[in-house]
Amino acid sequence: MMELKPGSRWKSAVCSSEMVVVRPPKASGVLECGGAPVRAQDSTDAPSGEPDAAHSSGVLIGKRYVDDDSGIEVLGAKPGKGSLSFDGRPLRLKEAKPLPASD
Amino acid sequence: MRTTLLLEIAADAGCDRIAIGGLANGLTGAMLRDRAKTVASWVQGQGEAQQLAFIGLNGETVPLLLFAAGYAGIPFVPINYRLPDADLNRLVARTSPSVLVIDDDMIPRLDAVAGVTVIPRSQLENEIATGPVPEDFVEGEGEIAVLLFTSGTTGEPKAAVLRHENLTSYVMGTTEFLGCDEDEAALVSVPPYHIAGISAILTSIYSGRRIVYLPAFTPESWAEMAAAERISQAMVVPTMLDRILDILEQKDEHLPALRALSYGGGRMPEPVIARALKALPHVDFVNAYGLTETSSTIALLGADDHRIAIASDDPEIRQRLCSVGKPLPTIELEIRDEQGQCVPAGTSGEIHVRGDQVSGEYLGKQGLCAQGWFATNDAGWLDRDGYLYVEGRLDDVIVRGGENISPGEIEDVLRTHPGVADVAVLGLPDDQWGEKIAAVIVARDGAADAANLSDYVRSRLRSTKTPECWHFRDELPYNETGKLLRRVLKSELSEPATIG
Repeated sequence: MMELKPGSRWKSAVCSSEMVVVRPPKASGVLECGGAPVRAQDSTDAPSGEPDAAHSSGVLIGKRYVDDDSGIEVLGAKPGKGSLSFDGRPLRLKEAKPLPASD
Repeated sequence: MRTTLLLEIAADAGCDRIAIGGLANGLTGAMLRDRAKTVASWVQGQGEAQQLAFIGLNGETVPLLLFAAGYAGIPFVPINYRLPDADLNRLVARTSPSVLVIDDDMIPRLDAVAGVTVIPRSQLENEIATGPVPEDFVEGEGEIAVLLFTSGTTGEPKAAVLRHENLTSYVMGTTEFLGCDEDEAALVSVPPYHIAGISAILTSIYSGRRIVYLPAFTPESWAEMAAAERISQAMVVPTMLDRILDILEQKDEHLPALRALSYGGGRMPEPVIARALKALPHVDFVNAYGLTETSSTIALLGADDHRIAIASDDPEIRQRLCSVGKPLPTIELEIRDEQGQCVPAGTSGEIHVRGDQVSGEYLGKQGLCAQGWFATNDAGWLDRDGYLYVEGRLDDVIVRGGENISPGEIEDVLRTHPGVADVAVLGLPDDQWGEKIAAVIVARDGAADAANLSDYVRSRLRSTKTPECWHFRDELPYNETGKLLRRVLKSELSEPATIG
């Protein structure tokens, strides 16, 4: 089973995307990129194949993606062609108004 | 989520960017990560060390140790090197069992303490950190990232607890991952034992902004470094800003690379910020309000708010220059009265705050209520548009030039003077330091004078804790339960002092 804990790192099986789980889903499920289940960051398998055409709008670095049904929230850590989904439901880009630096 | 994760993902994605130090010889995120792991592995080999403490000037050692402690799974504990030796040694003893990294020239100040392994900073930087990266390194799991000793009002300083969870929530809630342009750089001059010194490291690493350190602040060195390193962002306390503006004016330096200056850590006098806006029109000014216990910023007055306020003839809008702006969208903030009820806009009360970044915890003591709210002990009010005005500490801690000064400590010293029958110490508004220290003395047989008392305090505490103005009274105002009415004194003392 995929343990989607906060802070856990994952990578796409079909493109160069990498991601970090920021908020876990309320119930277990499968996080996918480019339509294929993601792999743990430390997996040594190289990505192969192509993102599914229905899941190819891309992962952007630094952007947050959420699934409103499950509550999962994911941070794009490296960009790639595949886009994210959870149990087949596409994640939506979470719009965030950037705050000015204050430290 | 752990603070080390912020470094890991930034190091992996930001490859060639310099993360820490000068453009010519700085460290990339990956180099910082490797060195931090090397130091962590070494610390894990030092027996039972439960804390990684640091005493020294600002510099690249600070982020190295912050992340090394995170990897080792123990708290990073930066200690104020400006403390008198006895106080410094008491805090060092409280870290035991620990590893203490200390500036080489400060080692003679230390007493030997059981359980504290003392490592000169030069040895850490030149030998330990540059060793081979351990291949089979296993990260520790301790949940506390940082302990910061707060200058409390009474007794020994409290150790404020900042968990990895608090700090990463703050960073991820307020900063965009690698959101900075490659040429951005932050000049960090707030000391390592201050929350802003910690949060600056984490937000800079995560957002891909290079960090440049100023070992010790002078306005001259700040201005020189800002120009030489093409600094784009810096955080200063109000006292620093006024002195920086003097230097920039003298040198006719306009810092073209500077994009943003944030300020906080005390009351900003309106004339100073108005002057800054005029002197540096290309710079975005940000006023930030936060506490150690809230992992830094909880409210912000942004650049547009500054520009609108300074240009406005409407006193209500103009007044916003003296506010700390609006609470962050990631936290909840309420103003409550003494009975715990929320008060309407425009009414003063205690600022309460809740959110993932809010720790409110001290070692051995949970400071949050059952519903997760933290009572800040700061007085303030919200205007009808939601702008927050901070009035000062409820318990009358004096904030002078960003330094928290406890009136009780000064009163205690003065009470030992044979000419003093009774005393009250309090802060009064001051345009240069935010607050200045005033002492109100009830003299015994008229035997004390201001110059004499001033010398007396200075010889026992440091000069920044010596009252700047002295008043003499026949008696002090107390309420029926014997509590000193400082507010009464404060409002009475609006007139100039006998000695400045």
